[in-house]
Amino acid sequence: MATPIELRKIVKAYGDVEVIHGIDLNIDPGDFTVFVGPSGCGKSTLLRMIAGLEPISGGDLLIDGQRMNEVPAARRGIAMVFQSYALYPHMNVYQNLAFGLETAKAPKEEIKQRVQRAAEILQIVPLLQRKPKQLSGGQRQRVAIGRAIVREPKIFLFDEPLSNLDAELRVQMRVEIAKLHNDLGNTMIYVTHDQVEAMTMADKIVVLRLGVIEQAGAPLELYNSPRNLFVAGFIGSPKMNFLTAAAEAGGLRVAGGNLTLPRNVAGAVTLGVRPEHITIADGSGTKLADVRVDLTESLGGQTVVYATTADGQALTIVLEGQRQFELGSTVSAYIDPARVHLFDAEGNAIAA
Amino acid sequence: MTARSLESGAPLGERAATSSLWTRIWQNDAPGYLFLLPWFIGFFGLTIGPIITSFYLSFTDFDLLTSPEWVGANNYIRMFTNDPKFWASMRVTMMFVIFSVPLKLAFALGVAMLLNRGMRGLPLYRALFYLPSLLGASVAIAILWRQIFARDGLVNDFLSIFGIVGPSWISTPQYSLWTIIILAVWQFGSPMIIFLAGLRQIPQDMYEAASLDGASRWRQFIKITLPLLTPVVFFNAIIQTIEAFKSFTPAFIISGGTGNPINSTLFYTLYLYQEAFGFFRMGYASALAWVLLALVGMFTAFSFLTSKYWVHYDE
Repeated sequence: MATPIELRKIVKAYGDVEVIHGIDLNIDPGDFTVFVGPSGCGKSTLLRMIAGLEPISGGDLLIDGQRMNEVPAARRGIAMVFQSYALYPHMNVYQNLAFGLETAKAPKEEIKQRVQRAAEILQIVPLLQRKPKQLSGGQRQRVAIGRAIVREPKIFLFDEPLSNLDAELRVQMRVEIAKLHNDLGNTMIYVTHDQVEAMTMADKIVVLRLGVIEQAGAPLELYNSPRNLFVAGFIGSPKMNFLTAAAEAGGLRVAGGNLTLPRNVAGAVTLGVRPEHITIADGSGTKLADVRVDLTESLGGQTVVYATTADGQALTIVLEGQRQFELGSTVSAYIDPARVHLFDAEGNAIAA
Repeated sequence: MTARSLESGAPLGERAATSSLWTRIWQNDAPGYLFLLPWFIGFFGLTIGPIITSFYLSFTDFDLLTSPEWVGANNYIRMFTNDPKFWASMRVTMMFVIFSVPLKLAFALGVAMLLNRGMRGLPLYRALFYLPSLLGASVAIAILWRQIFARDGLVNDFLSIFGIVGPSWISTPQYSLWTIIILAVWQFGSPMIIFLAGLRQIPQDMYEAASLDGASRWRQFIKITLPLLTPVVFFNAIIQTIEAFKSFTPAFIISGGTGNPINSTLFYTLYLYQEAFGFFRMGYASALAWVLLALVGMFTAFSFLTSKYWVHYDE
């Protein structure tokens, strides 16, 4: 059932303009892989090339070990869920689900069974006779996924499928898609610009920027050891704090103070520390700096503090529980030296 | 304004209330009506007036010189029971509608789909293809058409390359109507533009979803393009059918106003014209006009009634 996908030096060019610059990637059978990146990074283009909706300008696409570059979309064993759902508005849900099977001239009885089964999986049986316009956004999303399931493809592709849903529904559908992946066990590729979706759903995250892979790996691997500034800033929310730093003998000059770190600091120009890895004035860890509290957000379970260092750099701090601070007051920020990230002048991470 | 109407207004009884109403209309609304006046004159004098008059005239004998003479339903009775030319012209117009409208729409859709492929210089082609529609109804084009399909015209010149000696298309009864149908189809520009706009409305990802499902281009056309285009097809069909029923100039020019050969191009409107301005039978011509109106009205009503079974409106 599960199918491996291999991308070898995949290139996409429109005329003279190259937008995907030779991507190498292995997707293991049954993995849930998420392509994530800001708009224009090429994630959707890459997905569409795998789907066969976009010609591949260079390199090889292998599905199950077979070269697929010239194979038409319909014969790649792929089903895709579109951002817009792309449901046929003049057909009811049953006809939408059955369209692919009818096109493949499957026997009527088999179509009926498979549509019924997909509808049961997605709990849309009562909607089968309705037209898409009579469905809510979440229901349309289910039908779009159902249309993919019905075909029993080897590989599922999702192109930002949740971006048209409201926040609550997005969380719910996120869980359902993850569950679906567990139940079906197919290889799935999912494109999103939302790093939370990427973190929560992926077996493997592929971070793209400007047509190249910045880093690929398990969610926590990217969170714990980002390879460069871009990945460090992209993964995690609120995003990682970056402070200008200068390496000195025996330590790091940062935020107007000296920080002694038990690690290699040579060449570091940026110190990265995640908001959730900073504490305030409880004496644990190493003191980073004294900061002025500009604003606090109380989320109930957490308190987010927006502060400024003595040399005017912004610092976001996430504290557990409910904490009160006077605005404009100065507090001391502490860090765990093992959980800071150092980056060189090129923005690449410096090994600890 | 409010102060004045209050002064002359409420408690002074009905007369005062009426007069204040008139004051209000005069002072508030008069400028508006004044601005509408040119349109009112046009509408009542040139549209509604003649329509009502022609309805009255259709029950009379009227030769423009003497005053109309009331004959009851005689004109209508004669038309349906004792006028072979009426039936001949009805047949010609029906043939024209039945063949020219579907052919024109199919051709317009075909060209629109070609243009919709996103080719270079699209605006130029669009304008070029639209041109015949601008010129098509004109006298000049009809005359040109006569030349093209004449015995020594362009068509026969072309056929002679293959050694075929063609007839005079416009003066052979079994072909003459077809030359006019071809002329109508050639004026596919306006439905084409509307089809093109309609095609642009169909989201590309529907076709992508269908191609992932393995649907061939033909199946995509039948299952996606056509159903999603039905509102536009419906609109075009109605407009073009009404146009076809009203078609006059090409037949008039090509047959020289006669409807010949042997009434093969005697369009309904041409017959109506002959009755009115050839024989000055204004009463009978008015009756003919009303029958045409009823026919077009019935067709349009029928189209709307059936539309819910085949026109798919999105959202």
